[in-house]
Amino acid sequence: MSAPSGDAAQTQHPRHPAPSLGQSVRLVATREILARLRSKAFLISTGILLLISIGSVVAGGIASQNQTLSKVAVVGSAAAQVVRQAGTLAAVEADDVAAAEALVRAGTVTAAIVPAESQAGYPLPLRVIALSGTPLEVVGVLSLRPEVTLLEPSKQGEGLVYLVAIGFGLVFFMSAITFGSTIAQSVVEEKQTRVVEILMTTIPVRALLAGKIVGNSIMAFAQIVAIGLLVSIGMAVTGQHTLLGDIGPSLVWFAVFFAFGFVMLASLFAATASMVSRQEDVGSATSPVLVLVMIPYFLVIFFNDNPTVLSIMSYIPFSAPVGMPMRIFLGTAVWWEPLLSLAILLASTALVILLGSRIYANSLLRMGARVTFREALRG
Amino acid sequence: MLSIEHVDKRFGTRQVLTDVSFDIADGRLTGFVGANGAGKTTAMRIILGVLSSDSGEVCLDGVPLTADDRRRFGYMPEERGLYPKMKIGEQLVYLARLHGLPPASARRNAAELLERLGLGERSGDLVESLSLGNQQRAQIAAALVHDPEFLVLDEPFSGLDPLAVEVVMGVLGSYAARGVPVLFSSHQLDIVERLCDDLVIIAGGEIRANGPRDELRERHSSPRFEIRTGGDAGWVRTVPGVEVLEVNGGFAVFEAQTDAASQSVLRLALERGPVSAFSRQRPSLATIFKEVVQ
Repeated sequence: MSAPSGDAAQTQHPRHPAPSLGQSVRLVATREILARLRSKAFLISTGILLLISIGSVVAGGIASQNQTLSKVAVVGSAAAQVVRQAGTLAAVEADDVAAAEALVRAGTVTAAIVPAESQAGYPLPLRVIALSGTPLEVVGVLSLRPEVTLLEPSKQGEGLVYLVAIGFGLVFFMSAITFGSTIAQSVVEEKQTRVVEILMTTIPVRALLAGKIVGNSIMAFAQIVAIGLLVSIGMAVTGQHTLLGDIGPSLVWFAVFFAFGFVMLASLFAATASMVSRQEDVGSATSPVLVLVMIPYFLVIFFNDNPTVLSIMSYIPFSAPVGMPMRIFLGTAVWWEPLLSLAILLASTALVILLGSRIYANSLLRMGARVTFREALRG
Repeated sequence: MLSIEHVDKRFGTRQVLTDVSFDIADGRLTGFVGANGAGKTTAMRIILGVLSSDSGEVCLDGVPLTADDRRRFGYMPEERGLYPKMKIGEQLVYLARLHGLPPASARRNAAELLERLGLGERSGDLVESLSLGNQQRAQIAAALVHDPEFLVLDEPFSGLDPLAVEVVMGVLGSYAARGVPVLFSSHQLDIVERLCDDLVIIAGGEIRANGPRDELRERHSSPRFEIRTGGDAGWVRTVPGVEVLEVNGGFAVFEAQTDAASQSVLRLALERGPVSAFSRQRPSLATIFKEVVQ
């Protein structure tokens, strides 16, 4: 035919080397990140999450500082000395028993410690005056205490354990849901707008999927790190150094587990979302994955004091990002346990990526009705 | 030259393509015509490598296509789509870079192309803010931004206003003039008729006709002539070897079995007075299409 020679055509088109898989992945990931950063909804929800985490730290700091010592009125040097030694009460000097009583009645102090009127039957020469009920806190200071041996001493206070459990659970849950549904929507957006057909003719499908997972995982991980840093700085600034020392290691482990756990979840979100063609169907398609995200959240809230449940949770890939840091915080995990759990998580992540990319590649061009799992896996 | 060789494809129990073979020559515009569901899009997706064929091959100069060859293709899918919330210019640069262009050339190509398609000032606008016609233009830009060495366009003219049709026809023509093979499908037979050099007609997953447009026309034209004269043309009926199909004042349509018979009609007409038109009736693409598909 009347075609110019191939050489002539080629001089018109300088040939560029094909981008490597890595370059393609980077380009896709960069686009994903930029798209997120430009979305107002994303910026606002991230802002709110950061505000909540810094807010809870500051609130905790203020609450702990306001925990001022209970005041007791003291009459006489013996009483004053007892209160000073106890260290858990603040002494208010009163001139005499009547003045102390007046302070108690006025509510200025919770109780008064005055010299005893008679020593009969009591080992201490002191008497406690209170308004309506026995002030156990004050009585406890004055009581004799037998030796106590704890068989299983709890490293952390119960209230704190609960707060940390909610913290890990909530942050994992929120981040996984936010970025999981983001990646699901972005998969369906490409499918619904058919831009995926152009992308598929340009780069390998696995580069496309990898880019989406990498981009969104980076964003999710950055959010987790930002929350962790804010919480740490907040604790340092509000003087909660001891708490920071307790939580620090588990925070680091949480970040590590989250990074890999999220990659696994992201692959699942992408794969399930690719099976539908419309944004309206994303919710129902990804709901099985949502359940997988929600289960560890509820388990850690209800069972944070149950060592057996926590041990099991810390090895199951979906709940390990919450379970293992929790156990590290509680001090119940031996040094090799997080490593073993991480290995299990890595292996399952690799498996899920393989399955997920198969489903994804087989579903992308199937428009209309939802693709069944069997079709998606068989191709 | 790109050759599609004996391609078969079935979806489940439905045979979509049966032994499909045709060539797309360098520097020529090849029109791909067929009814809905005839297999055009499937054939194009197989050429692009988005779908794999059950048997048969797609070869470039005799060698089966590789993924790297396909990266130099420009493709416009039938179902249009770009990222709605991305700026047009950025989107084009992104696509060009996925094709392997360095950032500077990607930006330059995108800007030039938008200018050429009349979208120069909209480069910073979101795709969703464009009118439908402009989105179509952006779509065409997306297929061209990496300077493809081969173009496959599925219904590039659908949804375009007449002005944009002209612009796009010009752009495709200039690519072909550079030696780029261009395959495009269209329902608008009049556009295909004007634009294409070669034609491929597909029906029910089989290629029904295929070759240079003028050759096809020649092959399908009947020995039918038109003549337009000054006076009444009723006399044509008396010419031997001629069968008159229609007479309307000075206009007549007739079939002549031999060239001599048709020439004698012209000669006789000239003896009677001025002849303003005399031509062999060429079948329109629509006529050929109907004939071939039935």
